[in-house]
Amino acid sequence: MHDTVLAVDRIAKRYGDVVALDGMTFDVRAGELFGFVGSNGAGKTTTMRIVLGVLAADAGEVRWRGRPITLADRRRIGYLPEERGLYPRMRVLDHLVYLGELHGMGTNAAIGAAERWISRIGLRAHRDDRVQQLSLGNQQRVQLAAALVHAPEALVLDEPFSGLDPVAVDVLAAVLRERAEAGVPVIFSSHQLDLVERLCDRVGIVRSGRMVACGTVDELRAGGSARLTVTAPQAPPGWADGLPGVRVLGTEGPRTLLELADGADDQSVLRAALATGPVQEFSRHRPSLTELFRDAVTAETRAA
Amino acid sequence: MSEPEPGSGRTVLLVARREFRTRVRSRSFAIGTGLIVVLLAGLVLMQSLLFGRSEHTTVGLAGQATALAAPLRSTAHTLGRDVDVQEVTGPAAGVEAVRSGRLDALVTGAPDALRVTVKDQLDGTVRAALVSIVQQQVLDAQFAEVGLDPKQVSQNVAAAGIRVTALEPADPQRGQRLALGFVTAFVLYFSLVFFGSAVAQGVVEEKSSRVVEVLLATVRPWQLLAGKVLGLGAVGLLQLLVIGAAGVGLATATHALPVPGAALGALGAGVLWYLLGYFLYATVFAAAGSLVSRQEDVQGVLTPIILVIAVAFVVGVNLLLRDPADPASTVLSLLPPFAPVLMPGRIAAGVAPAWQVLLAVLLALAAIAALTWLGGRIYAGAVLRTGARVRLRDALR
Repeated sequence: MHDTVLAVDRIAKRYGDVVALDGMTFDVRAGELFGFVGSNGAGKTTTMRIVLGVLAADAGEVRWRGRPITLADRRRIGYLPEERGLYPRMRVLDHLVYLGELHGMGTNAAIGAAERWISRIGLRAHRDDRVQQLSLGNQQRVQLAAALVHAPEALVLDEPFSGLDPVAVDVLAAVLRERAEAGVPVIFSSHQLDLVERLCDRVGIVRSGRMVACGTVDELRAGGSARLTVTAPQAPPGWADGLPGVRVLGTEGPRTLLELADGADDQSVLRAALATGPVQEFSRHRPSLTELFRDAVTAETRAA
Repeated sequence: MSEPEPGSGRTVLLVARREFRTRVRSRSFAIGTGLIVVLLAGLVLMQSLLFGRSEHTTVGLAGQATALAAPLRSTAHTLGRDVDVQEVTGPAAGVEAVRSGRLDALVTGAPDALRVTVKDQLDGTVRAALVSIVQQQVLDAQFAEVGLDPKQVSQNVAAAGIRVTALEPADPQRGQRLALGFVTAFVLYFSLVFFGSAVAQGVVEEKSSRVVEVLLATVRPWQLLAGKVLGLGAVGLLQLLVIGAAGVGLATATHALPVPGAALGALGAGVLWYLLGYFLYATVFAAAGSLVSRQEDVQGVLTPIILVIAVAFVVGVNLLLRDPADPASTVLSLLPPFAPVLMPGRIAAGVAPAWQVLLAVLLALAAIAALTWLGGRIYAGAVLRTGARVRLRDALR
């Protein structure tokens, strides 16, 4: 059985007449990286704020290890809010120690952890600088350390990769992997879908305050159909129309992108293509997360 | 791991410690405190100059006392005071001159039984000079007789004195007490406005920098508010004690206050009322601050609160200086919004009976309980709403 640490159960939230969350449900298990994706305004940030208790849900429940979450549980979560914020005039080390202590660490333990994280994120030279003296990228690193300093038992990170340079992205990705391997569940939202696909064990796609797809990238693909890319320069427009189980997604010069329904025969497509003349490319591929995401979002739009 | 509310006390203490350290280490704290001490020193100095201003005294002599002109002048001179001596045609004219202020004192009567008439009080140096002259007179008279008991002589000399009549007698400490009341009210007014504003600015800083979201993910709003209020209150108390100690020290050193006990009493009352006033206003300031998200908007929400304290100070001080026992200032000094500035002023001026002080303290405590509850609710409701100014009604929902 999976060891569920954090469960979000049918959370609803309205801002006046605007429905922000409408039955949001998912869970995160020990040692898993959970990617939280969705368009702007889909409800990712609102969900995270409700998990951390800085916002109250209208209905539904957040559970920690099977029971309703309390403030004591929330102190064991590392949180990176969407709107970054630190005391501008506090020194980096002092700030991390302070946050460690607020999360219940003893002073010495907090100092030790703060020093370690400062080294880990590459800010040793700025240890005694005031936060406002740092560049925005470095402030972002401090903010990440602030979410990690108290050795949290779960991580909830809103867009942790935005604003980081490629080196910092790699450092953070490694840190998140390592935390997950230590058994810490990690939820993070991102618009960098390739990164999410590469990093995450499971992905949840959010639209209009609901989870529309949730599972491993392979599980999400299973629902989708195979795709073919065919490059046949002499093929007339509409050459693939009418082939059984085939839908034309688009053409791009000599290239045609096709979607195969379950059980459709790709060899009959190849034969039809060869009938038009030479075929320079014929490839079958599985949809990327970006394509799955686009499908999930547009499917809903078409339904709406 | 089983405690439901992990260490509330420790959390509040941590927040308070951060506030205290940040503020006490800041340059503005040192400069501000220094500035007030200098201001206070200036006031005390001015005070001692004002009260010791009559370096030059004019004394009128009438009747037999005219004989004293030369000894009075020389005795006063050895005591470090220039005395102008005028002969007055008669006691009646002399009294008139004293009343109008042309004479500081009128001396009449036989040299061994002088009578002195003054407007309110006799200058200490002139008094000393006159007494020594009279005693000299008595001594001379005693020497003229023979076979006297030396003990009897010294008793007679000690008994010799002058009789002082004041035309418009006044409490000799009235001026000093009023000044003390004024200074106390001023320092309290300043402390309340300064540290109340500091609370509001701290709240807005956390809101505008968004750090409040990280904090409130691990700390309850009331813990954050309580820590901030306690931490900044402690800084204010520290500053008040530094200023108070400097003030009492200066006053004692320059003898500006004949009664050092009065200064200590004023300091004690000042500290008590600072605490009452600070806790009365702090959550109101915090609630006001939590309604806005930008430092530029702070002034707008703070102005009404500061205005109330300023009115208490300006109106109160005016009433106090005119007549400390005035019923209007009595009533105002009992009301919680004004009491923290007015009551310590009246206590320092020595015109507040114990029952009024007690009543004012009780009313203030009740107001603190009510405002802390209300302010805490507004703060908790508004502190996470960034962007436009939060309406009071929305914050309370």
